[in-house]
Amino acid sequence: MSHYEAPIREPLVLGDKSYHDITEDIARPIEGKANKNWYMAFYISLAAMLWGFGCIFYTVGTGIGVWGLSKNIGWAWDITNFVWWVGIGHAGTLISAVLLLFRQKWRMAINRSAEAMTIFAVFQAGLFPIIHMGRPWNGYWVLPIPNQFGSLWVNFNSPLLWDVFAISTYLSVSLVFWWTGLLPDFAMIRDRAVKPFQKKIYALLSFGWSGRAKDWQRFEEVSLVLAGLATPLVLSVHTIVSFDFATSINPGWHSTIFPPYFVAGAIFSGFAMVQTLLGIMRKVTNMEDYITRLHVEYMNIVIILTGGIVAVAYATEFFIAWYTGSPYENYTYLSVGAATGPYAWAFYSLLFFNILTPQLLWIKKIRRSFIWSFIISIFINIGMWFERFDIIAIVLSKGHLPSTWWRFEPTFVDVGIFIGTIGFFFVLFLLYARTFPVIAQAEVKTILKSSGEFYKKRREQGIPTKPAIVLADNKITEEDSSDKKNKK
Amino acid sequence: MHWLRIDRYYSSEVETREDAKELGLSRGETYRALETEAENPEVTFQPMMCQHCNHAPCETVCPVAATSHGRQGQNQMAYNRCVGTRYCANNCPYRVRRFNWFNYANNDEFDFNMNNEYGKMVLNPDVTVRSRGVMEKCSMCIQMTQATILKAKREGRAVNTDEFETACSSACTTGSLVFGDVNNKEDEVTSLVEDKRAYNVLDYLQTKPNVIYQVKIKNTNEA
Repeated sequence: MSHYEAPIREPLVLGDKSYHDITEDIARPIEGKANKNWYMAFYISLAAMLWGFGCIFYTVGTGIGVWGLSKNIGWAWDITNFVWWVGIGHAGTLISAVLLLFRQKWRMAINRSAEAMTIFAVFQAGLFPIIHMGRPWNGYWVLPIPNQFGSLWVNFNSPLLWDVFAISTYLSVSLVFWWTGLLPDFAMIRDRAVKPFQKKIYALLSFGWSGRAKDWQRFEEVSLVLAGLATPLVLSVHTIVSFDFATSINPGWHSTIFPPYFVAGAIFSGFAMVQTLLGIMRKVTNMEDYITRLHVEYMNIVIILTGGIVAVAYATEFFIAWYTGSPYENYTYLSVGAATGPYAWAFYSLLFFNILTPQLLWIKKIRRSFIWSFIISIFINIGMWFERFDIIAIVLSKGHLPSTWWRFEPTFVDVGIFIGTIGFFFVLFLLYARTFPVIAQAEVKTILKSSGEFYKKRREQGIPTKPAIVLADNKITEEDSSDKKNKK
Repeated sequence: MHWLRIDRYYSSEVETREDAKELGLSRGETYRALETEAENPEVTFQPMMCQHCNHAPCETVCPVAATSHGRQGQNQMAYNRCVGTRYCANNCPYRVRRFNWFNYANNDEFDFNMNNEYGKMVLNPDVTVRSRGVMEKCSMCIQMTQATILKAKREGRAVNTDEFETACSSACTTGSLVFGDVNNKEDEVTSLVEDKRAYNVLDYLQTKPNVIYQVKIKNTNEA
């Protein structure tokens, strides 16, 4: 070629799809029957969920004493799991809100599922603050509702109360945002539904979406407003979660770096969980053409960035612990508390899973590999769990007075509840994958032609490009009309 | 009440940098040595109950304000308001708060004289029975303080000097536990607080406890 050719942007949708193909692909898992793999995954998750619920009932019925806690360690797996699940949720909001404001179109293939993940993860997270209470039946006392108990009111000084507001705001905004995005897609399913019951359900879910221009206009305005509302939540929710620790006086918790460190860690672990879920989903629901190597690479870049911030935060903590000259700080971070104490294995697995493993993503081949990304994402999920365990259990195990030093050992109930929430999460996600449009098809249709790949191919085949546009358009108009026929 | 644990964590052979230097230990070995108990520990008895901090870390963190400051300076626990988040216990640097992990009253699995009528007669009727899932701690015998105040009120007089007592201070035969009104110049406790030997545990945390200890003086020179 004699002239310079500008590089063509990699396409976000593969396989020369037409608009109708997208509709078909997204509707297939809902309209078709589930395969064996789905049932297997579902029953395993269901069993785990029921086991976890059993453990929760046992705890509520007998007392928190069935966990491995003591007077010195008042929180361990419960709050570790809480922070872990809330953190996982953050990627969904970042993808759907922040990337929308920044007009990152690659988000369109993954935002629906990432947001579903957010909501299901927040469900799991919300479970822990309730069941960790000694008297969960009085849990509503943390809500500032008018009451007749006397002049009782909540304590606005308490970070746990801030948590209540942060998490409930987060859940409600995420849910509304998610549902708004779903309306046109639910309407698509409704219009295609053959069975009257199914049609009725999806008609209800789509809130009477008509597809008129006014609907679309309002849809876009609301999406933008909600994205604006959700963006600060990406930063605020985990900041407030970190206040549970940062405002306390335990060395190792009392740390000003916690808010940014927790937020970065949350997005880091959240993207890892998105990678894990999408790695499974694209196979199970045959979405290989929509969740491409490019998407995986972009997400991995976010993982490298946030993982880097987390690594810098660790380094800062260790440095400051030494630099302050406070023996208590130093003790918690570097010495007996973490690196050389009885929990050293947790500390080193944290460094391995969270700092070393993500460095592999600097290699382009690994970054663009599905299987590698999947493995690394699982490693990060494990590492981030250990991070929270280190922060919570290790710090509490070494208090100010040596007489309060104590070692935490989980009981089967602790483990059971954690496994139960993983099961519950996957039960929700698997049900979602069979009943919801897993990709925002209305949005994906807008980026179908954003790459020149199609035209380039035509030119290479010797077909003139100008008529090709006409040809492509013709094809699309034809299909659109056939779409309408189907609706009737 | 919690008596300081005199066990393997209490003391180790290596306690200062000089000890480590003497034994020729590296930094890592020093840290590990701190985890090993001393063969022959020197023991000091230090009762550790709720310190009733004037700047209490537990009070700010309770979401339902179940623990708050009383008019007489005690940190008070409202058992029936507690939902049991255990945040107060985590934030207590003295770790003196105790949680009701199980239901102990009327429960055959725990035989603490709380399962039958006769057993219950042994227990102090002035103290509430705490239910499962709530936090508790030393109340500094608020019921005794309250009774003293009411008695004085009934008799139409001010509370006498050294009239206040707690269960532990009245039980201690050697008078090592003294309870009183620190605002009353004549009370015995006031002079003890102003003594040079008085100190607060973990005073660098600025929790300003109402429990004040006195340094133990020992003659370590061998005769």
